[in-house]
Amino acid sequence: MTDAMRAETVTISGAGGDAIEAYLAQPLDRSSVGAVVVIHHMPGYDEQTKEITWNFAAHGYAAVCPNLFFREAPGASPDDAAATARAQGGVPDERLVGDVAGAAEHLKSLSSSNGKVATIGYCSGGRQSFLAACSLPLDAAVVCYGAFIVSTPPEGAPVTVGPIAHLAKDLSCPLLGLFGAEDQYPTPAEVAELEKILADNGKTFSFHSYEGAGHAFFATNRPSYRPEAATDGWEKIFEFFGRYLSA
Amino acid sequence: MCTYQTTSIAVTGSGKGAEGWFALSDASVYFDHPVHAAADHTLNIDLLNPARGPGFRVALELDPHSARALAEAILQSLDTAPPGLLAAETAGTGGTVRS
Repeated sequence: MTDAMRAETVTISGAGGDAIEAYLAQPLDRSSVGAVVVIHHMPGYDEQTKEITWNFAAHGYAAVCPNLFFREAPGASPDDAAATARAQGGVPDERLVGDVAGAAEHLKSLSSSNGKVATIGYCSGGRQSFLAACSLPLDAAVVCYGAFIVSTPPEGAPVTVGPIAHLAKDLSCPLLGLFGAEDQYPTPAEVAELEKILADNGKTFSFHSYEGAGHAFFATNRPSYRPEAATDGWEKIFEFFGRYLSA
Repeated sequence: MCTYQTTSIAVTGSGKGAEGWFALSDASVYFDHPVHAAADHTLNIDLLNPARGPGFRVALELDPHSARALAEAILQSLDTAPPGLLAAETAGTGGTVRS
């Protein structure tokens, strides 16, 4: 565990060269560290996501969470920003990729960087983590219960959201997937389908589904929280990053 | 899960939020993760005026049973309002579904 760390709001260059807000956490007592881009979920750039970001710093990684709703609602509270972005159709996939690319470059520019970067996302962020890993040169990616990778969103979903399993052939890095066996979005069948697609494309991946857990089992502030699954999941995340983000 | 579904409508009226009373122009209705309510998914309503900024929002997060009860109460109130008063207020105003 890191003994000294710093967490703060910074400005990074995102998609289109836009200056966007991000939350950066980094250990102060070590050099040559791997880095993680934390992709926040639809409820927004919130306290829970910032906790996840500084948790990575506490474990010796630089981590940055770009505010994906900054353009729609600069300076707004996380829930107001999420509502505004939702009313405007959400985050376009292309823009998400550009923001993650900018975040990765920012992490690599840190003096402590060992040059390795991963993405991690939960729920809608899980889908976006997969998207980023298929669109950018990354060293590792983690998908936590990301829905609509293989399946089509229901009628009424914004046009920016669609299945992206066809991008699997371009996955640039090893992929860790963590899912709840009782989840309906994605279902175990959809998880199995994604596993087959990855295997057919010769990709390096490791998927785990937790019995007794459904969607959002990592969320400590929701009824869906499952301590055993979350504890084991975090252990798998740090083992995975230890393997692929070390110099 | 993030359901992504959102029904957006134009509305006319006023709402009171953190910034006090303000004119409303839009509403979003969706069944998805709440921010505050102790549930995995709630029926969420955002009453908005985007032109005033993201902070001009009245937000509700209701369990499905409460949301249906509210919807029925709304319809009942409209159905039992004095016809003359209702007609005077509904001529050519609000409530256009966008998506």
